[in-house]
Amino acid sequence: MFVLTEEQLAVKEAAREFAQSELKPGVIARDSKMEYPKEQVRKMAELGFLGMMVKPENGGGGMDTLSYVLAMEEISKVDNSCSVIMSVNNSLVCWGLEKFGTADQKAKYLSKLATGEWIGAFCLSEPEAGSDATSQRTTAVDMGDHYVLNGTKNWITNGGTSKLHIVIAQTNPEKKHRGINAFLVETSWDGVVIGGKEDKLGIRSSDTHTIMYTDVKVPKENRIGEDGFGFKFAMQVLSGGRIGIAAQALGIAAGALELAVAYSKEREAFGKPISQHQAIAFKLADMATDIEAARLMVYRAAWMKDQGLNFDSASAMAKLMASSVAMKHTVEAVQIHGGYGFVKEYHVERLMRDAKITQIYEGTSEVQKIVISRGVLNGELYIPMPIETNTH
Amino acid sequence: MLAESVKSFAKEQLAPKIEHLDEIEGFNDAAFRKLGDLGLLGITVAEEDGGAGMGAVAATIAMEEMAAVDASTTLSYLAHSILCVNQIGRNGSKEQKQKYLPKLISGEHIGGMGMSEPGAGSDALGMLTRAEKQANGAYKINGSKTWITNGPNGDIFYCYAKTGPTKKDLSTFIIEKDMVGFSKGKKFKKMGMRASPTGELWFTDVMVPEANRVGEENSSVKSMMRNLDIERITIAGLSLGIARNCIEVATQYSKERKQFGKHIGAFQQVQERLTEAAAWYEACRAITYQAAKTWDLGLMQGKEASMMAAKAKLQAAQMATQVGLDAIQILGGYGYTREFPVERQMRDAKLIEIGAGTNEVLRLVIARQMLGEIADELK
Repeated sequence: MFVLTEEQLAVKEAAREFAQSELKPGVIARDSKMEYPKEQVRKMAELGFLGMMVKPENGGGGMDTLSYVLAMEEISKVDNSCSVIMSVNNSLVCWGLEKFGTADQKAKYLSKLATGEWIGAFCLSEPEAGSDATSQRTTAVDMGDHYVLNGTKNWITNGGTSKLHIVIAQTNPEKKHRGINAFLVETSWDGVVIGGKEDKLGIRSSDTHTIMYTDVKVPKENRIGEDGFGFKFAMQVLSGGRIGIAAQALGIAAGALELAVAYSKEREAFGKPISQHQAIAFKLADMATDIEAARLMVYRAAWMKDQGLNFDSASAMAKLMASSVAMKHTVEAVQIHGGYGFVKEYHVERLMRDAKITQIYEGTSEVQKIVISRGVLNGELYIPMPIETNTH
Repeated sequence: MLAESVKSFAKEQLAPKIEHLDEIEGFNDAAFRKLGDLGLLGITVAEEDGGAGMGAVAATIAMEEMAAVDASTTLSYLAHSILCVNQIGRNGSKEQKQKYLPKLISGEHIGGMGMSEPGAGSDALGMLTRAEKQANGAYKINGSKTWITNGPNGDIFYCYAKTGPTKKDLSTFIIEKDMVGFSKGKKFKKMGMRASPTGELWFTDVMVPEANRVGEENSSVKSMMRNLDIERITIAGLSLGIARNCIEVATQYSKERKQFGKHIGAFQQVQERLTEAAAWYEACRAITYQAAKTWDLGLMQGKEASMMAAKAKLQAAQMATQVGLDAIQILGGYGYTREFPVERQMRDAKLIEIGAGTNEVLRLVIARQMLGEIADELK
């Protein structure tokens, strides 16, 4: 179904080259030390990886979602701290702003974000509002010409480095989730405090923080959309964001497979390469099959988004599948490497630790099942496209 | 009784330190020495040799209780008490026991075992380290061992080496860390079990007196395999401890955490994870202790005994990794951080699917017993 265009192939190759030559050499040390990949993020910005889908007139690369997915996949084979920074900036912050922001908001912020001059963060989760995003405790009180923002946000990727936050907050509690708004908040404003950095199982060089907002004055023009649009905004942005995380999970699994294939050809036991033992060869076959299935689902979700189709179920399914495949098969990749897989220098243990977060962030697997089951119950089944509308 | 005393030991001596030691890849030396005071370091050694005179069931109980808190120290404990001390007690001469056991059992010395090599992991009999008999009766050993638990911090190593032309010509030697030509290679940086030092042992013309050879020359394959059995049974206990604590943490969290206005324990999806974990844990617990009791009573011999031990470890190891992953999932973002123990325990759990026989090797052991020669027809 998917034959890549010359342009898409070029993006994939550029991302692969960058990941293998620029990210791989220091990735183990950065992970061990929880060191933010500052220089690597700067290079990603230079290469245009931070605003890939943003229109050229807004400072971006003007590429389609599939190109973005291909780049995410290649970078995620190596460094998932870099790829989550990239994913949040591209598909939560830039895409949300470009699709739903006003012309003034875009003029003021979008090119800065798309070129990587500023890094963005998406602030939805709270200590008591994880999967249940409707119960927002952060408040944005309408003061007439501005809002006053108070509250705490958790698990914020790019928390320590971002210059712009998209903050979800409750304005009219009596309206429940229909009273929620989304705001563009500059981190240099008074009252924005960056809390502690999280010490995590994986994606250890990405900077995940708690953020506190205390009486932060937000101009009215920094609200995204109509009053009360915030929850819908967050859900739509996350629906797109899931394609990025699904691509990350796909990259993790595909990267682990590449490493496992190479190792199994080199390593000998009982007098022959372990790839010649059925226990290993069939593991590789299972990995490859599951990865191909996940890849098609992720590419399809990206393609549906590019076609302007409803992709809520498709992106949820892609993320559920890809993250599950990533978790299962990174564990297997460690297993294939045996003792070597358990030590840092062979990369697969890091991919295994990184894989787990793809089942948790931007909607846990449980939340994806809520989305998917609603789609199923509403009769939103996948219908194969007629041949002529396929790319090939 | 034993379970209670190990539990309180783990709570007092291990729990306060493990988070930090995991972070820095350290070792809880003080607590390890205290295991000697508790009489646990020679748990399977006969009382007349200074040990506790207990068996595999007792060792498994100790591992389960300790691992519920700190799997790293438990792994080091296993390498010491089961791989080294148990073997000297079981196979050593009177002189060897008198020379080495007192300090190993008191905790003054830390022990380890040397079997795996860079090119011989699952294929243990493919080892290349050689011991050449000299005119004076001593042996000159050359080669290297890897993945040695307690390698970097150990004093005494129970090591296997080739002494004849065939794969099965293995002999055993007790190696002291100060022997000339013996050195320690690198210490590994690992995913989990980070507070249990793992390293390499290098042998360059190490001259070992004949008095340090354990048993007859070329006769070690059987005792090595027999020891793998008790290693696998007791390490399954380690997996049980990890899983039990993950289940406890996840259950507690499910009773406290609310989403959508309800405790998450009320959601069927969370109940499914918790109940499957609890049921699988109980099943593994049953087979592990059955294997331990079988070992203690000598109810099975040879390959049948090996199959029993392999079945217990294969299930318990896979169960613990999955339960660890499920516990992280139930805790969500919190489970992914180091504020809760489950991410560490999941990292630790994975090792048990690799060390002491990978899942693949255990399946081979079981298949060979079930199918005989047919199991190897493709080889």
